[in-house]
Amino acid sequence: MKTSDESFFGDNEIRINVGMSTCGLAAGAKPVYDAFVDEASLLNIRAKVVNVGCIGACFAEPLVEIYSRNKPGVLYRNVSPNNVKNILRNYLEEKIENSWAIRDHKGVFKNETNIPILYELPFFKHQIRDALENCGIIDPESIDEYIKTGGYEALKKALKLSPEEVISKVVNSGLRGRGGAGFPTGLKWKFTRIVEGDKKYVICNADEGDPGAFMNRLNAEGDPYKILEGLIIAAYAVGAEEGFFFVRAEKPLMGERLDKAIKQSMNLGYLGNNILGSKFNFKAQVILSAGAFVCGEETALMRAIEGKRAMPTPRPPFPSTKGLWGKPTCINNVETLAHIPNIIKEGYEKFASVGSEKSKGTKVFCLTGAIECSGAVEVPLGTTLRTLIFDIGGGPPKGHRFKAVQNGGPSGGCLSEEHLDLPLDYESLQAVGSIMGSGGVVVMDETSCIVDVAKFFLGFTTAESCGQCTPCRVGLKRMHEILDKITKGKGKIEDLDLLKWMSKGIMDSSLCALGRSAPNPVLTSIKYFSDEYLSHINKKWCQAGVCDALSKTFHVNVEICKGCGLCIKECPVNAISIVKPENKAQINTNLCIKCGQCQSSCPFGAITEVD
Amino acid sequence: MDTYETEVLIDEMLESHNSESNPLIPILQKIQKSKGYLSMEALRLVSEKTGMSPSRVYGVATFYHQFRLKPEGKHRISICKGTACHVSGVEDIYESLLKVLEITPPEDTSKDGLFTIQEVRCLGACSLAPVIKIDDIVFGKMNTQKLQTLLKRYKEE
Repeated sequence: MKTSDESFFGDNEIRINVGMSTCGLAAGAKPVYDAFVDEASLLNIRAKVVNVGCIGACFAEPLVEIYSRNKPGVLYRNVSPNNVKNILRNYLEEKIENSWAIRDHKGVFKNETNIPILYELPFFKHQIRDALENCGIIDPESIDEYIKTGGYEALKKALKLSPEEVISKVVNSGLRGRGGAGFPTGLKWKFTRIVEGDKKYVICNADEGDPGAFMNRLNAEGDPYKILEGLIIAAYAVGAEEGFFFVRAEKPLMGERLDKAIKQSMNLGYLGNNILGSKFNFKAQVILSAGAFVCGEETALMRAIEGKRAMPTPRPPFPSTKGLWGKPTCINNVETLAHIPNIIKEGYEKFASVGSEKSKGTKVFCLTGAIECSGAVEVPLGTTLRTLIFDIGGGPPKGHRFKAVQNGGPSGGCLSEEHLDLPLDYESLQAVGSIMGSGGVVVMDETSCIVDVAKFFLGFTTAESCGQCTPCRVGLKRMHEILDKITKGKGKIEDLDLLKWMSKGIMDSSLCALGRSAPNPVLTSIKYFSDEYLSHINKKWCQAGVCDALSKTFHVNVEICKGCGLCIKECPVNAISIVKPENKAQINTNLCIKCGQCQSSCPFGAITEVD
Repeated sequence: MDTYETEVLIDEMLESHNSESNPLIPILQKIQKSKGYLSMEALRLVSEKTGMSPSRVYGVATFYHQFRLKPEGKHRISICKGTACHVSGVEDIYESLLKVLEITPPEDTSKDGLFTIQEVRCLGACSLAPVIKIDDIVFGKMNTQKLQTLLKRYKEE
């Protein structure tokens, strides 16, 4: 990881980085930023307060880092405007006891013994940062700072190579598409390059729509230049003169930052005609997506840019031969492009030196849900789920137990404890019925109901189906209805086979990846959590207490019960007995199927329903 | 915004559109931003001015989540129904939101015209789940109590 360089100070004595990505802002970073500006002016010190992106430690937001010349950054977590005054005054007196961590080396401050080094904290020590290396460090609206950290060096280097040489570097790196499917990026470029055509396009897919994934937002908000540089190099390699960032409208800051990066880069000659004195011309623009999950499918995304309904079309022809307006087009995800500059600049060997055999490099995962330290982390591919969830994320919050993890978004799989030692790479995940997807990792504890979660995902994919293929449009809806029935206590045991049969039908007969993978959460959850489905169907019991209809229990009020035993006769599963010496009825909740017969049979009204 | 204004807006968009991308979605986005929704009249004008068929324009307007064909309240509350928010209990917040604002789906706007509720799939602030957004401000780690206070603040504005 990089630290801020001295030239980041200008005429100022100290620099205060306040994490102000969407997540930081939501946690209250703006008042903290204002408080630092006010306090610095009150103390009359030359301080540069900078609105930076996010270092990924969302659990610690609002996060502030203070640097002064020749000293490592000192980080403060969960800062509120009220403690800004103390933080700044203490820092100026070199008292940093109440800080969270020191960035990279010690031996500078007094009383620093008990303060850990940032990169030795469990959350950071397993990480290797490549795509996110500048996030939270540079000012994402200052191209100067990007350039000072080595920005646009890769473009200069690439322009001295032939497009074919650039492509072979990317092929050799082993980089695979980070948007989900994992297609080798270098090959994609090559296929677009070799097609003859007067006009070609490159597109950066920034329509991040997976619920539970925000790595693209964080990356583009924190370091838009790197992604732009990646796109410019892609354009040079494939021979495109025009490119687009297709950005999700629900994540507007990402679009604004990319737009600014484009304008600044244009002014400095990194975009436009004869880039850096070469014969290469390229222009880029941001297009705001109007919101459709299916745009994750390349062919649908291109229809959206063409101003049509985003409906996928059959492949072949692949976008590399016939894409946007019928022209050869290369589409890459934000994170994929973010890796490109370092592959060119530092060599593909370095990139390929981490990761597993078939999945090279690092990948950003977003840890959310029932987890102590939520946020975005970048680790080598092949890292296990256990390292990710427990070593880095700290596991579920105190007092809660790990139950399941949904990875890869709504098309991914619901995995259980037995999968914790699974290495996170494209092949291993596929082998257990899941996918890499965009890298969302939603952790669930005992308070989440697996059937409810499967229903949630199907509700999502049903709403997001473009409606073109009947199996996806109608089939997913019917599957959702069956799951809904199960969560309401009306499920039958045959429903499980029906769900599996329908899943197969939908997966076999849908045109695009949305339909082909939408049943994944249902299939994996039935496979790995069959007990929970059976409990919903047979025992009418939702252990997690999420499904309202199945989390009620019946309770005997012993003050009223006369011990007549009528309820015992009515109970179809022999769950009630008379307990001596009081001679009162008692319901065994493990056996009870919540049919309510006892309640209606009691002449005294002694049996009541409780939540 | 009357018809004339919509016309001017479409003309401006068409004039300033210098890229090869299709202008339809940006035009619809612009109209919605300025008026809060796309009226039938506006869609008809877009069709006339761009030469695209009414069915194409209507088809696009009804395909994407961003577009709405009904007027919107003064404040838009986007409630995130992404995975992380779902497992963190956003449904309870949604229910309480409907109750407090006396909205019964499929209606989405309160009778006083102050609030419109919009379900969104992911705002990308998953670490702070459950999350809602009122107009352009994102609020994290919501609970029903916090929600009440927030709504009160917006009502009194």
